Amino acid sequence: MLDCGRALPSVTVAYRTYGTLNAAKSNAIMICHALTGDQYVAEQNPETGRPGWWERVVGPGAPIDTDKYFVICSNVLGGCMGSTGPRSPRGEAPGELWGRDFPVITIHDMVRVQKRLVEHFGIRKLFAVIGGSMGGMQALSWAVQYPEMLYAAVPIAAAYYHSAQNIAFHEIGRQAIFADPAFCNGHYWAQGVRPERGLAVARMTAHITYVSEEALTRKFGRKLQNAEGLSALGEQFAVESYLQYQGSSFVTRFDANSYLSITRAMDLFDLAGDHEGGLSQAFRGASARFLLVSFSSDWLFPTAQSRTIARALNHAAANVSFVEVQSDKGHDAFLLDEPDFHATLRGFLVGCAEHAGLA
Amino acid sequence: MSGAKKMRVDLALIAAMVQPGSRVLDVGCAEGQLIEHLIRAKQCDARGIEIDMQEVQRAISHGLPVMQGDADTELVTYPDHAFDYVILSRTLQAVEQPREVLRQMLRISTHAIVSFPNFGHWNLRLQLLLRGRMPMTANWNRMWFETPNIHPCTIRDFFDLCDADGYVVEDWQAADEEGRRTPWRRSARLANLFGEQGLFLLRKA
Repeated sequence: MLDCGRALPSVTVAYRTYGTLNAAKSNAIMICHALTGDQYVAEQNPETGRPGWWERVVGPGAPIDTDKYFVICSNVLGGCMGSTGPRSPRGEAPGELWGRDFPVITIHDMVRVQKRLVEHFGIRKLFAVIGGSMGGMQALSWAVQYPEMLYAAVPIAAAYYHSAQNIAFHEIGRQAIFADPAFCNGHYWAQGVRPERGLAVARMTAHITYVSEEALTRKFGRKLQNAEGLSALGEQFAVESYLQYQGSSFVTRFDANSYLSITRAMDLFDLAGDHEGGLSQAFRGASARFLLVSFSSDWLFPTAQSRTIARALNHAAANVSFVEVQSDKGHDAFLLDEPDFHATLRGFLVGCAEHAGLA
Repeated sequence: MSGAKKMRVDLALIAAMVQPGSRVLDVGCAEGQLIEHLIRAKQCDARGIEIDMQEVQRAISHGLPVMQGDADTELVTYPDHAFDYVILSRTLQAVEQPREVLRQMLRISTHAIVSFPNFGHWNLRLQLLLRGRMPMTANWNRMWFETPNIHPCTIRDFFDLCDADGYVVEDWQAADEEGRRTPWRRSARLANLFGEQGLFLLRKA
């Protein structure tokens, strides 16, 4: 049963695991991916051929050390990498897909599915739930819905609600998809087409929100793509061609209906609004150890969001660590090479493992 | 872990005031030397607040629970009686509102442990008397226009504030620069003249 009141007859979850679950089943870490992420967190994605999206952070000897921990990462509900989503069969009839009729899903729904997966492994308590951006929302949802099932929670570059500005940027993306004639009101599969233009524009808009102005200036400034001078109107700025590349590489790996479903799920997220008495009430009973990390140049989910979460957790008498990492890379910094962030995450997990009695 | 490193002497004096197994918040914990000691040697549930990001990062990287924040604004976010001890070591003189910080400390905790450099020390008095300028010592080593120590006080001043706000001084000591305990315990006046630091254990009346 979903938050929207509808039910899915069955749910498929595509997941990957790394490392070995110990005998006590006490060393499991659930990693929650972001909006356009997938389950291939620490290995090459077989569909795109791209390296795992968090290979710097997850692997043998990495901050999330797969020699010590059993790491689970699943494609979210509503996703397009194998878990149940808009591209899944709707019923018994072959070939009939959900498309735009796929029920409205929420971040909490995604986490309920993950919980079933965790139970499937016979794990009673996760050692940690870790995620950045929308993955951070899931980590927070875990802490609110199943506080007794986690030892530690690490929401990174996260937010406890989607702001009007956040929703506005998503809406531009959705409108771009709707405006693409190839969208066919969501039935593009049947027509053998894809709303590539619309989805690419959606990605381009979103991508701007993932990087900081400093990073764009540093990378591109006002450079022209073919630096022959200011000759023609047809000349492109380097940043334009970069964004177009971001857009076009995205449409080959992501499904437009999934994008619509998942962006809506993020928009609906509001932990404070869900609970009378606000955020600290939501965290009442939170017994996990928390690490909140924000990045100084992230304007999508800015430091103030993480600080508010940390304070609400304090108010709920939870054990909270909070740090803002200095970075000019914007929201996406959590995916990039940020040694300070990696050292912080590693140390936090080591401290928790020690406290939990994990060897 | 920095366990092998020797703990600052004044921190050892503070640690001696904390009962094993208690809940502790160290405000201005730097890289977390004291909380690490309290966690390891005294099995406390010890946490820290620190204003400097670099220090916070170092502390968390060492596995210590530390929150980036400011004593003036962060203490209000904790619920009543969340801790057995809140520690403010050599920081009171640098906060915006020392009286309010103390009030918050004793709202969220049963006990407050406060240490501060004593502005009543004879050396400071003598320098002011003879030179007519703001004194400079190892503790007070920045020019008046750039010092973070915006609220200096003496040991006797602090006793007065505790009286005025109804805090019981359960224990107090004067210490020298290194934080070694010094023997003027009987007389606040002598301690105020010879102690370089004051260290107080308070609770609400």
